[in-house]
Amino acid sequence: MAQDILNQLNVLNQCRRYGLSPWQCPQFLFLVMGIVIIISSIISYLIGAQYIADPEVVVFIVLSIATILFIISYIITRSFERLAEASRMKSEFINIVSHQLRSPLTNIKWTFEILTSKNLEMPTGKVEEYMTNVKDNIARMVELIDDLLIVSRIEQGRIPMRKKEIRLESLIEELVSRYKVFAEASHIELNFYPQKNLPEIFVDPSLIKLVIENLIDNAIRYTRGGGKVKIKLEVKAKNILFSIQDSGVGIPQKEQKYIFQKFFRAENALKERTKGSGLGLYVCKSIIDKAGGRIWFKSEEERGTTFYFTLPIK
Amino acid sequence: MKKILFIEDEATLQKTFGDVLQQKGYKVINALDGEIGLRLAKSEKPDLILLDLVLPRMHGFDVLKRLKQDPETKAIPIIVLTNLEGIQDIDKVIELGATIYLVKTQYKVEEVIEKIKKILQQ
Repeated sequence: MAQDILNQLNVLNQCRRYGLSPWQCPQFLFLVMGIVIIISSIISYLIGAQYIADPEVVVFIVLSIATILFIISYIITRSFERLAEASRMKSEFINIVSHQLRSPLTNIKWTFEILTSKNLEMPTGKVEEYMTNVKDNIARMVELIDDLLIVSRIEQGRIPMRKKEIRLESLIEELVSRYKVFAEASHIELNFYPQKNLPEIFVDPSLIKLVIENLIDNAIRYTRGGGKVKIKLEVKAKNILFSIQDSGVGIPQKEQKYIFQKFFRAENALKERTKGSGLGLYVCKSIIDKAGGRIWFKSEEERGTTFYFTLPIK
Repeated sequence: MKKILFIEDEATLQKTFGDVLQQKGYKVINALDGEIGLRLAKSEKPDLILLDLVLPRMHGFDVLKRLKQDPETKAIPIIVLTNLEGIQDIDKVIELGATIYLVKTQYKVEEVIEKIKKILQQ
């Protein structure tokens, strides 16, 4: 029981559990309000004892304290709103995730029923096609679950960053050679233009690899055959600047501000491919932000998109 | 031969479920999104519409609303076939005039075919 009380008093711990900063967290704000009340009561008593003949001063003090308390109460109310909003977003997240997982699951389930049912006939020659469907949908589920785990760890601030001095251009070269085959299959040219004598940077290579894979994947997927994807790497001020330019479908102006949100898929992206999880860019932004960099893009519908990110040079 | 309009964005499902429907003797018309679905509903006048809710370009709710508002299509029975499961979704869909609401993961292929047969017999 004493342990419980101590835990309750450890306000900062409680706030961390909600994922909010102390200044947005109701418990902490109540504590601050309590301290303000106690201190102001003591001060007003001490001042009141001196100026007891001067009622205006006393009134002024009382009004100031009342105003301060009012402001703090207002901030507390807003912080409750934020908690409620965070809780609502979590339920919505769970709904979206269940739906995203159910889609490939239905595909697998129904394909299996057709393959094994006595009442339903397997169309001749389609067995291989059906088997490929099942494999693709399993891969889809695996990818979604991996993405979700990363998102969950990002939100809890639990991404372990294992930083190392690396040459970013070597990492990119390796990825580009891997993706070149995939790009060529869709008649897309993929090229990498690194600046000469680039410095090493101090980052977690597996996380940055994830970001670049995501960006290359998107660039290739949303570019139609015959298009080009250009990757550049250069030094800009105290940072290394990565850019990837595609000649793809672009991002409509009115959707550009939602691009980095969880589960957001732009309308024209959805047209091309409904199966993306919509988590990729959210994950990229979280990783780059955590690494001390910045990620942004420029895009024009039907012309193409260029994504940029910077990483600090130690 | 009865015509079924299948509005569903998952290509896999269109193929596999579409194959089964064809085997059972129905003519299947596929639509990969809501706008195409609306157009085909008017031009082909199907006997039944299978409608998914999460669709690109136009949400299934809007497709359902438009189908029921248009005098040319409002009499066509609609089976909402989806993986969304919220009570509000179910209520909304029935309110908008769908005949029944089926959650894909809760039904076997054969059970869905039975429901289709029953509705077409009415």
